[in-house]
Amino acid sequence: MTIENRDDLLKQREIAQKEIDSYTCRILVCAGTGCVASGSEKIYQKMLELCRDMPGVSVQFEGHVPHIGTVKTGCQGVCELGPLVRIEPYHYQYVKVQESDCAEIFQKTVLNQQPVERLFYRKNGESYATPEEIPFIARQTRIVLENCGKFDAESLDEYIASGGYDALSKALFDMTPQQVLDEVDESKLRGRGGGGFPAGRKWKQVAAHTDVAEHYVVCNGDEGDPGAFMDGSVMEGDPYRLIEGMTIAAYATGAQNGYIYVRAEYPLSVARLRHAIRQAEDKGLLGDHILGTDFSFHMHINRGAGAFVCGEGSALTASIEGDRGMPRVKPPRTVDQGLWAKPTVLNNVETFANVPGIILKGASWFKTIGTEGSPGTKTFSITGAIENTGLIEVPMGTTLREIIYDIGGGIKGGGDFKAIQIGGPSGGCLTKEHLDVGLDFDSVKKYNAIMGSGGLVVMDENTCMVEVARFFMSFTQRESCGKCVPCREGTKRMLEILERIVNGEGQLEDLDTLEELASMVKNMALCGLGKSAPLTVISTLKTFRKEYQEHILEHKCAAKSCTAMRKYVINPEFCKGCGKCAKNCPAGAITGVRREAYRIDPSICFKCDACRENCAFDAVYVEY
Amino acid sequence: MLDQSYYTKADEIIAHYGRRASSLIPIMQEIQEAYRYLPGELLTYVAKEIGVTEAKAYSVATFYENFSFEPKGKYIIKVCDGTACHVRKSIPILEALQKELGLSKKKHTTDDMMFTVETVSCLGACGLAPTMTVNNEVHPSMTPEKALELIAELRGDNV
Repeated sequence: MTIENRDDLLKQREIAQKEIDSYTCRILVCAGTGCVASGSEKIYQKMLELCRDMPGVSVQFEGHVPHIGTVKTGCQGVCELGPLVRIEPYHYQYVKVQESDCAEIFQKTVLNQQPVERLFYRKNGESYATPEEIPFIARQTRIVLENCGKFDAESLDEYIASGGYDALSKALFDMTPQQVLDEVDESKLRGRGGGGFPAGRKWKQVAAHTDVAEHYVVCNGDEGDPGAFMDGSVMEGDPYRLIEGMTIAAYATGAQNGYIYVRAEYPLSVARLRHAIRQAEDKGLLGDHILGTDFSFHMHINRGAGAFVCGEGSALTASIEGDRGMPRVKPPRTVDQGLWAKPTVLNNVETFANVPGIILKGASWFKTIGTEGSPGTKTFSITGAIENTGLIEVPMGTTLREIIYDIGGGIKGGGDFKAIQIGGPSGGCLTKEHLDVGLDFDSVKKYNAIMGSGGLVVMDENTCMVEVARFFMSFTQRESCGKCVPCREGTKRMLEILERIVNGEGQLEDLDTLEELASMVKNMALCGLGKSAPLTVISTLKTFRKEYQEHILEHKCAAKSCTAMRKYVINPEFCKGCGKCAKNCPAGAITGVRREAYRIDPSICFKCDACRENCAFDAVYVEY
Repeated sequence: MLDQSYYTKADEIIAHYGRRASSLIPIMQEIQEAYRYLPGELLTYVAKEIGVTEAKAYSVATFYENFSFEPKGKYIIKVCDGTACHVRKSIPILEALQKELGLSKKKHTTDDMMFTVETVSCLGACGLAPTMTVNNEVHPSMTPEKALELIAELRGDNV
């Protein structure tokens, strides 16, 4: 049945709700990338099998038989605790569920409504039965991720039952395109892809091209920043919200076609979106005459092919057109001449996912969340040296301290916080002194970092900042598209210098050259990716200059991370003089007389670790 | 010369996406999925069929990291070296795999065409770092030892 007007939508919602209510028990197994990797698919199959085997229990929809539904949901956010299973209506949240636990869950919870307490989340002696009690989730504000983990990510019916497509029907039946534009503009929604450009202004500029018939809406799902997976989680966990947001954007800006550009490494996102687009088309919520109106909008998916630079707007549209994904000089800007040189709205996944809420509840509601300059929430993925890794959503303006300690549970193993990398490889590092700064687009910029798409990588005292700078530089250097000289050559030279320093061959002058190159690339590169490529070097040089100097002058790596700074030594007290280390040394750096302590010549040793690995008496140790 | 079946397959794929310049990337992706690499001859053929120059087709194919003109192994192993995985020691995993399979930075595929080992910048499963994939199946919280066990298991598959 297609949905041809507002009443149909309401009817569909009723049917869907009835279907959901007819379950006596719903088993929700997380199907996000993280949980699937931990084996949630097997749990899902096992639960299906168990429910099937029981006499008197059916998975079909017949009023008088108790129904048990098993659904695959989107990411619930606490990836490290996966696979996650939640049982409704009791609302029990089980963590780290194994295949062998399924039978017990089935026996106790499904059949007898009893909790399996040993599977609850435990922290510091306390155990938490429901997801809302877990501090990681309790302290978040979820708008974009509202539905993730709540219901079946693939089911259009469940999306509709939860209020989905209300925003689109409100836009189509109660608002003119201009009113939609005004509402989004008024909400001060800023692009979540990193730059923070006001979405409403962008949309208005596209809509203003009334002389051009064809307009496009493009979604940037090329979440290339290593350490970031927020957009992937939305595409996997709530694909219909993204599609609804894009459809509203198309209505407001007069676009007939939309493209979602998904990075190649997210096969699950591609599959879910394809399925969702088909479902929406079948129901008449996408395609020709949406909800029976004159408005038509078609959606396509393009898969990336492994080029980080395609996250840049003009490179992304070039890639959709079938070209090399290289940025071009602007202007003309994407809003004037984007895809196929037509006016194009280009926003990222999270931005579009915010739109249904703004239309439905209004700009004034949206502005009550977050800060004045950056209203709303922001999703972050916190990873690295932190207790709870995962996906979070907090109001703009939340401090790093709240994110790391209250939500993230502090540093892994109770270590000391050293720095946090924000904004991906081209972002910057924030340190202890920034712990109480509220994060929003403007505040972060002040400290030589960018919001980026929201990847947060936490580092403790075991992380060497020079090595971090080298790592990110090697990433941006490898991903430089090679079109403009400052980025192509500049990042290469910077990487060479950083490699020298990490290898203990740096000179003090190198630091000045690095700064000079960094400012050159920052100011002269063609695109945003090039311009932000040196930010990590700039911010680490500023805050952790001492570490650079120690590497150069003292050949010392305080974090004990750089191999070249190691010195292998034999402890004469433990050495029995067996000669095994000398025999194993590929460099011939170890000499000695049998039954007396051997010695390592540091000028020949190339730190392969073979001696230490092979010593039966633990006599070889490493000095930093 | 490639077998005729390659051209038949290419024709099917071209027909699905349409003879347009913008179909180039999706067509190349499907060919690569079918054969685990992009045969140069076939790319020349596709270019002619969809009306782009051979030079253009090659310039696009060489730009994107995912396309390979070299045949890849039966099991394509991608070790994630994104930030989160790097911080949680992904490089020792890569080194262990390379050592076990006799591969290096330059040599990615074993001579018996069983394994290809590559790195990838982020798989989006950072919560479970370090991760790697075998033919798109994600393996979480890896260690060098677990990686080697997996290789043994995959080898066992083929005895």
